[in-house]
Amino acid sequence: MGVLLIAEHDNTSLNAATARAMSAALAISKDVHILVAGNGCSSVAVEAGKLEGAAKVLLAEAPHLENHLAEELAALTEPLAKQYEAVLAPATSVSKNFMPRLAALLDVAQVSEITAVKSPDTFERPIYAGNAIQSVQSSDAIKIITVRTTTFEAVEEGGSASVEKIDAPASVGLSDFIGEELSSSDRPELAAARVVVSGGRALGSKENFVKYIEPLAEQLNAAVGASRAAVDAGYVSNDYQVGQTGKVVAPELYIAVGISGAIQHLAGMKDSKVIVAINKDEEAPIFQIADYGLVGDLFEILPKLQSELSKSSG
Amino acid sequence: MKILVPVKRVVDFNVKIRVKADGTGVDLANVKMSMNPFDEIAIEEAIRLKEAGKAEEIIAVSIGPQKAQETIRTALAMGADRGILIKCDDEVEPLAVAKLLKGVVDAEKPDIVILGKQAIDDDSNQTGQMLSALLGWPQGTFASKLELDGGKARVTREIDGGLQTILLNMPCIITTDLRLNEPRYASLPNIMKAKKKPLDEKTAEDYGVDITPRLKVLETVEPATREAGEILATPEDLVEKLKTQAGVI
Ligand SMILES: Cc1cc2nc3c(=O)[nH]c(=O)nc-3n(C[C@H](O)[C@H](O)[C@H](O)COP(=O)(O)OP(=O)(O)OC[C@H]3O[C@@H](n4cnc5c(N)ncnc54)[C@H](O)[C@@H]3O)c2cc1C
Ligand SMILES: Nc1ncnc2c1ncn2[C@@H]1O[C@H](COP(=O)(O)O)[C@@H](O)[C@H]1O
Repeated sequence: MGVLLIAEHDNTSLNAATARAMSAALAISKDVHILVAGNGCSSVAVEAGKLEGAAKVLLAEAPHLENHLAEELAALTEPLAKQYEAVLAPATSVSKNFMPRLAALLDVAQVSEITAVKSPDTFERPIYAGNAIQSVQSSDAIKIITVRTTTFEAVEEGGSASVEKIDAPASVGLSDFIGEELSSSDRPELAAARVVVSGGRALGSKENFVKYIEPLAEQLNAAVGASRAAVDAGYVSNDYQVGQTGKVVAPELYIAVGISGAIQHLAGMKDSKVIVAINKDEEAPIFQIADYGLVGDLFEILPKLQSELSKSSG
Repeated sequence: MKILVPVKRVVDFNVKIRVKADGTGVDLANVKMSMNPFDEIAIEEAIRLKEAGKAEEIIAVSIGPQKAQETIRTALAMGADRGILIKCDDEVEPLAVAKLLKGVVDAEKPDIVILGKQAIDDDSNQTGQMLSALLGWPQGTFASKLELDGGKARVTREIDGGLQTILLNMPCIITTDLRLNEPRYASLPNIMKAKKKPLDEKTAEDYGVDITPRLKVLETVEPATREAGEILATPEDLVEKLKTQAGVI
């Protein structure tokens, strides 16, 4: 029956999360088709075809698919899904939006944010902010699954799947796209970065966030993240939030600056390889999971850390 | 206009749960329970629409054990007008919750249903989207701003790259994100008044919904734990460790 993998993209390039979700798809079936749905996105389909293990790429293009509205994507994928044993997508804001809608149209459950494939019908997923891991077995004929990409390695390039154009159904016309305000940054993407520097409430202002966190991130070629408190206070925009209800990251190095370490924050970063915490309170819970800690005032520590880093790289 | 707000009773967000040693689940005995935080935001948004004269009635509905009544009472104390408890003693999966909610929507005919984006116990993030599909309504998920205007809903959504604005036909489904509003606390007089507000009790059979789970939970285990590492004296030590011991810079 095979698996349908939904590609994450912006109509211009394929998002790296897709190559990671591909690993999960291949653990279910060796026959994986990739769906690229959007508008003017044929170059994305070519990129997707290069993923190791891709048997075929389906390309659906239409103006009403351009912005990946849930109503439109669910209508497109409902008939397609019936030809597969499972439909997978990396757990991005696009798939979290439309995949449950697809599942309900098919009258099946969704298994959210799996972290392991134990067999083609049994999966692991975190619950309670990652404080428990559940193994669930699905009895549905079609499995609808979103994949937490931090726990799956990306497949290599090396495939040469052909691209087949498919027709998109007419627009369901329930919703309209008005606009987007995307944060622009020269820094690497949070979900994919090798190093992440995150700031918390302790930064105290947007100006301090820019003054203290940005240059350190620059020096380490790191992505910038934040706690919910820092986002709520307006120091950075919503898409920087790391945690249970924000982004989940697992970089080689995660540096938490002025973040206490609430369970909701830990849920988004505790699988990082090396964790550094900088906090003036030696009792802060973040130190219980940090590999290295510095206790003290971040406004004194960060400038020193920067000068040490430039010494050592210079 | 009528607004329906589903509210779930969950383990309080401040509690660090314990997994039972025999792998059969999470230990919920004597654990503090509260309304799912995203549902408080949903109730707050509904109240603000009512206060702005855009809605007349707010109905809070919960699916769960008898004790989920307390969660509905909290919603009533915040400002919802009446409640419906659909009594189910076992865990109900998002698809079945959505089917039950569809039953309530068919009976009550609300113009908007505002749900939380995610229940902080199962972390599913599914129910609102599923309900939209079952009703054939548009959905505005992960909302950080909601404006009703000219028979449409204008929704700003938190997405991976920033913010997106969409326009929805009515009736519609909204799911709340953290920045939508800051929920109020119920005042003591309002808590007293809430005790007198109507609260209906129903069962899944009343809505003709089969709530048999589709997913079988085989095992629930603790995640791999991390040991606390070392506290270093200076930034210089840190750079040294990151280079030589951890090898990450
Ligand atoms: C439903 C729900 C979902 C949530 N989702 C998330 C989520 O996804 N991500 C998330 O992060 N949070 C989330 N939270 C919030 C979470 O519970 C915490 O409130 C939040 O993470 C705290 O942020 P913080 O650590 O920056 O702030 P605080 O807890 O206030 O910690 C600030 C820390 O900075 C230290 N500090 C202060 N001044 C200095 C200084 N000068 N130098 C050094 N250290 C200093 C303090 O000792 C303290 O430890 C959620 C909460 C709820 C209810
Ligand atoms: N048992 C329930 N009773 C009432 N509302 C629920 C229930 N389960 C889920 N919901 C609603 O659906 C939202 C998302 O839940 P979930 O899909 O389980 O993450 C919650 O924030 C609630 O608004």
